[in-house]
Amino acid sequence: MRTIAEINQKIKKGSVVVVTAEEIIDLVARKGAKKASQEVDVVTTGTFGPMCSSGAYFNIGHSKPKIKIGGGSCKLNDVPAYTGFAAVDIFLGATALPDDDPRNKVYPVEFKYGGGHVIQELLEGKDIRLEATSYGTDCYPRKKLETLIKLEDLNEAVLFNIRNCYQNYNVAVNLSEKMIYTYMGALKPQMGNANYCSAGQLSPLLKDPLYKTIGIGTRIFLGGGIGYVAWQGTQHNPMAPRKENQVPSSGAGTLAVIGDLKQMKAQWLRGTSMLGYGVSLTVGIGIPIPILSEEICAYAAVRDEEIYAQVVDYGSDYPQAVTRSLGEVNYAQLKSGKITVQGKEIPTGALSSYSRAKEIAEELKSWIKDGEFVLSEPVAGLPGAESGYKFKPLKERPIQ
Amino acid sequence: MLSKRIVLHFPHRLVDQPIIYKLVKDFNLGFNILKASVTPQEEGLMVLELSGEDIDFNKGMKYLEDSGVRVQPLSEDIVRNSAKCTDCGMCVPICPANAFVIDPVSRKVIFEEDKCIACELCIKICPTHAMEINF
Repeated sequence: MRTIAEINQKIKKGSVVVVTAEEIIDLVARKGAKKASQEVDVVTTGTFGPMCSSGAYFNIGHSKPKIKIGGGSCKLNDVPAYTGFAAVDIFLGATALPDDDPRNKVYPVEFKYGGGHVIQELLEGKDIRLEATSYGTDCYPRKKLETLIKLEDLNEAVLFNIRNCYQNYNVAVNLSEKMIYTYMGALKPQMGNANYCSAGQLSPLLKDPLYKTIGIGTRIFLGGGIGYVAWQGTQHNPMAPRKENQVPSSGAGTLAVIGDLKQMKAQWLRGTSMLGYGVSLTVGIGIPIPILSEEICAYAAVRDEEIYAQVVDYGSDYPQAVTRSLGEVNYAQLKSGKITVQGKEIPTGALSSYSRAKEIAEELKSWIKDGEFVLSEPVAGLPGAESGYKFKPLKERPIQ
Repeated sequence: MLSKRIVLHFPHRLVDQPIIYKLVKDFNLGFNILKASVTPQEEGLMVLELSGEDIDFNKGMKYLEDSGVRVQPLSEDIVRNSAKCTDCGMCVPICPANAFVIDPVSRKVIFEEDKCIACELCIKICPTHAMEINF
């Protein structure tokens, strides 16, 4: 039908036809997948939700005299960064907490500040306090470093998220008798609310369910800048059960993504606090789907009504690693504000912002239309539904 | 008939005075306490829904002010910082007064201030700390 190279030619000429993952739904409903696939070159997707396996690595440059932070300790605004690299390379994880955070000692703690917030403040151009200690060597004699740093002064600042963009997710409820505080938000007792976390019909991997176009090397909208799919994400689980439309009905594929933090925006990477749980980073991602066939177009046109998720009890089942679904609901039901589970009507809440996901899909669409963003050919595919690639639980073995 | 949600700030010298009792007895006002926190040696704070005939209501308010109680309308106190809000919607099912509503078209969160009872649940659960309190 068309190739990515041909789409890029059209982008350069300014004649490319781009629609969002919402707009393709109406188009296919009106004209059918065949006609729509002939007309549309690219469908843009978007998602904006808390993604805990996010972080960034930095090269801070060498001080005079030099210090070997590698193997020592390093804190950014009191939040510890990982130092097990060379002299001045560090990695800051989104969920890292200052050592003096109360950590649920006065349950539930608010978790006001952590790694995700440091990343947001770097993007806001703020000065960050760096405090490092080391043991001193002949070539790196310094043992202590205290300095202000900011994003523009760093050599490299690279966002590297090892699991983002979950293809579908649980709907969380609480069957217990007391309020619980989870990574899915506060859950009232006896199924008082149901929280979900997906952009549904706008979400990248739900619109390319078999990873026919999204692969390693795919260029994406990441945190307001340009990034790439680096690998499949951790816990990638392509063998998860799928409906007839090939859309998984529970958490399935994931992506590891990477990009230059310096061109990203605080608006699309937000430090996030989950009461009683911890801190995280809310990440904005948009992925273009090149319409290379009628089939890819039909997949991209899947609607909220056709995407199902499992309702899971976080009061007991989830913490005890009991796999059980209390029922199945679709995203149209979730977005209506109420779902019915085991005969009970439950109000719903979202962790993932649909309105921001839509903005991302629109923004990526305008980048492509304006010729600022060309598509990349993936260099390798992601492990797919037939690959045998699985997400396994830990087998605990006693230490002798 | 008037009914308003108001915030009363009691300086600590007034904390042991039967102010609310007087509102009922002398001004014939009905009240529903939405929130109260009184700490010895500190300021007392009470969020009330107060209702009564217009003339009584206004007299009652004057009495409060003359006694040294600072009165604020409730809607000024819990505010949404729109620069921080990401319109995720986590607050929607948590609010006991259903003060948060999702616009079905834009999917943005609307905060209906007049429904707010200042319970402060949203303040703690908002992931980006977009709900702020100005008591």
